[in-house]
Amino acid sequence: MSLTMPLPEPEIMAARDDIVARLQAILKPSSVIHLARELSPYECDALTMYRQTPLVVVLPETVEEVAAVMRLAAELNVKVVPRGSGTSLSGGSLPLADGILLGMSKFNRILDVDFENRCARVQPGVTNLAITKAVEHRGFYYAPDPSSQIACSIGGNIAENAGGVHCLKYGLTTNNVLGVEMVLIGGEIVRLGGRHLDSEGYDLLGLVTGSEGLLGVITEVTVRILQKPETARGVLLGFSSVKAGADCVAAIIAAGIIPGGMEMMDKPAIDAAEAFKPCGYPEDAQGLVIVELDGTAAEVDHLCGEVAKIAEAAGATSIRTSNSDAERIGFWFGRKNAFPAVGAIGPDYLCMDGTIPRGRLAEVLTGMGALAAEHGLRVANVFHAGDGNLHPLILYDAAIPGDIEKAEAFGADILRLCVAVGGVLTGEHGVGVEKRDLMGEMFDSVDLGQQERVKCAFDENHRLNPGKVFPTLHRCAEMGFMHVRSGDLPFPEIPRF
Amino acid sequence: MARTVHAPRDEADLAALVASARETRAPLAVEGRGTRRALGRPVEAPATLSTADLSGITLYEPAELVMTARAGTSLAEIRATLASANQELAFDPIEHTALLGHDAGSTTIAAAFALNASGPRRPKIGAARDHLLGFRAVNGLGETFKSGGRVMKNVTGFDLSKLVCGSWGTLAVLSEVTFKVMPAPETTETIAVFGLDDEAAGRLMREASGLPQEVDAFAHLPAGADGPFSHVATTLLRLDGPPVSVASREADLVARFKALGQIEILGEDDSRRAWTDLREAGPIARRPGAIWRISLAPSDGPKLVAALRARELPLAGWFYDWVGGLVWLALEPEAGPQAGPVRAEVDRLGGHATLIRAGELVRGVDDVFHPQPAPLAALAARVKRAFDPDGILSPGRMTKGA
Ligand SMILES: Cc1cc2nc3c(=O)[nH]c(=O)nc-3n(C[C@H](O)[C@H](O)[C@H](O)COP(=O)(O)OP(=O)(O)OC[C@H]3O[C@@H](n4cnc5c(N)ncnc54)[C@H](O)[C@@H]3O)c2cc1C
Repeated sequence: MSLTMPLPEPEIMAARDDIVARLQAILKPSSVIHLARELSPYECDALTMYRQTPLVVVLPETVEEVAAVMRLAAELNVKVVPRGSGTSLSGGSLPLADGILLGMSKFNRILDVDFENRCARVQPGVTNLAITKAVEHRGFYYAPDPSSQIACSIGGNIAENAGGVHCLKYGLTTNNVLGVEMVLIGGEIVRLGGRHLDSEGYDLLGLVTGSEGLLGVITEVTVRILQKPETARGVLLGFSSVKAGADCVAAIIAAGIIPGGMEMMDKPAIDAAEAFKPCGYPEDAQGLVIVELDGTAAEVDHLCGEVAKIAEAAGATSIRTSNSDAERIGFWFGRKNAFPAVGAIGPDYLCMDGTIPRGRLAEVLTGMGALAAEHGLRVANVFHAGDGNLHPLILYDAAIPGDIEKAEAFGADILRLCVAVGGVLTGEHGVGVEKRDLMGEMFDSVDLGQQERVKCAFDENHRLNPGKVFPTLHRCAEMGFMHVRSGDLPFPEIPRF
Repeated sequence: MARTVHAPRDEADLAALVASARETRAPLAVEGRGTRRALGRPVEAPATLSTADLSGITLYEPAELVMTARAGTSLAEIRATLASANQELAFDPIEHTALLGHDAGSTTIAAAFALNASGPRRPKIGAARDHLLGFRAVNGLGETFKSGGRVMKNVTGFDLSKLVCGSWGTLAVLSEVTFKVMPAPETTETIAVFGLDDEAAGRLMREASGLPQEVDAFAHLPAGADGPFSHVATTLLRLDGPPVSVASREADLVARFKALGQIEILGEDDSRRAWTDLREAGPIARRPGAIWRISLAPSDGPKLVAALRARELPLAGWFYDWVGGLVWLALEPEAGPQAGPVRAEVDRLGGHATLIRAGELVRGVDDVFHPQPAPLAALAARVKRAFDPDGILSPGRMTKGA
């Protein structure tokens, strides 16, 4: 809770009524939300420990309206925070007191499905799952599948480069996006990519993916769609220790098998899931691995056999291979419920998101156990084992004074451990405000300076989503980026924090 | 043009060289072993900075599917090391051997990324940019920086790996790259369907790309393309995987497509040879004249060729990769203005055309890369300045004057 955000600018706060009136003049009145009680739903995203009422919320409906808002914001020197569905777990869409919160929820149409070229053009407010729903009648789907897929928007997925269970085999958002339309901070509209692969010229599409709303507002998206695999089977593996499970995961990958998904749960997570809704997981297991293999029937049957052999050699205490789709879905039941299940025993939890080299899984899980004891908090682990992306869920009770701070300190230690073994702070949830002040654990000032100059190339006055990702904001001119005319610094009041 | 060549032996040397070039505002032509000097626009610089002596694999963990190598490590060394553990570079970078005449394996790993050099499996497996996990580099200020990491999933900070891929050495000089490697398929075979015209072949490839049989690469060579299939139009569907899988997918696909034309199966060796040659644009690379590489939506590939023929452009040969979405085109030399009509048709359909081979004079005058709309070009110029404010690194290589 020790988060410091850019200080609100008094002139902007004082000009609020005028700003609202100017926005009402360029948007439908119903698209400008400014009454206190109507603003409260926008106070936070899914990182609920940080809240801030925005200056005003706008819900534009067309790209021209977005461009008009951006031009007005430029003219009045107001900050803008883009927001999709508000499911960010890193505070990416946390509002600013002196900033316009630009909600993209009215951009909710599927524009065009091009089955022949295996792509779909959609507006950014469309939910991730709605894309699959729009194409599944022809046997297609959109591959990246974050657990939040019923709620999160595709625009938010691009901003966060979201991942999911199937990313091990089918790639993250960045590997499945063909093009975007985007409005820059000055109101210019640009298109990156299209229905084709790999435009030459700088790969700004790749840069914008995962840029956490700091570089532009995405107003249209073209994604690839894939044919559903002919068949999928699950293998449910129980182990007498997390280490044995983690070693098995590493052995499967080392054998050259890339499953459609490979997830792991530790004992606290298994217990929570069973207590929430019984799911029939092996009772004595200290670690559980769910492997899903997909492809043609012959290949899947073959690979199920291979995985079972590897698991046996790795000392699995139970091995079950699904013989029907119902059984396969059953294997996933507890995993899918894991977050709410942990929430039920929490009563609160903080979801971390480090990624580590797969071979270090056992070591990191053991280290995490030691840290839990040190901080006096419990931790449950449910994670994308196949790509080494951990989701430690730190249990705490917000009603107990000091518990939030303890949870945050524990979380930071876990991430430091990830970095120490060659891993990273975040695999899919983004830096946002949550991991902003830990960036120095991974990057030195030169590394960060280079990234900040990229930000300057898009937004030289730091008006788009400032306070996120970078632990300190330097003036672009100070970074040697801008040419300052006659000694006047644009935006001299820009805060350091 | 004879230039001074600097070949630093370590990263500190490299940074010092760039820093001193910046001091004197003396631009550097950035290259690996210099095999691709004839690609892109000619660089306007008095000296060359070669990363050829920054060589060697520094980390290889087969079980983690990850490798780190210094910039100048040759693809021959990378491929041989990976093969010893039954792994490969799945994005299968084009080396431009058939187009430019250097030896296979002689190009460097950093160049594969700097050119975002991908191969026929691009639609299924991704491009070079999808495989670069992290890097170390020196920017135009002479500063050494890093980005990304060595793990498979990472959203910590901006994804600068995407930016350096395809930046042709104009943003930063890569000193070390960390990338994803993949298990080599146990076997590979190819279904060849004969006698289809471009339209029909396009339809077949697009249909195949939506089938659960997971075809790994799709190409079409019209009759007359150089190589073993010159006598008849040939559509190729590649299948990788364990033998049981390849056999069952192959049987399904043959049953589905056998009514369309005569079918032959290429075994492992023939299959590998055919796809390597396709990757290198072998079917048209040895024709005289200009060579274009054009990326479009798959259904627009055959449309583009039809439109260019209708305009009576003197096509000297063409073929399709990437389900039809990648068109390689050879045009007869000296037959009047060509770039204009090619680009006009590509713009009409939506896509991107790169002039891969043409005389130095033409490359200096015409745009080699597809021109961008003004706001995008301005943004790209600002991105260049964010890395290289004084225009030290390969000025002119991608765009005139920048
Ligand atoms: C229960 C739960 C489970 C989750 N599981 C996963 C998971 O499995 N994998 C995963 O990757 N994530 C997961 N998340 C995190 C979250 O859903 C993703 O980060 C998602 O991509 C956010 O999308 P959103 O539309 O909610 O974006 P928001 O939260 O509204 O915004 C996120 C960021 O994107 C920016 N942004 C949003 N829209 C735009 C736009 N149109 N243009 C520019 N910038 C924009 C915002 O400024 C902000 O920085 C989970 C979250 C929850 C609550």
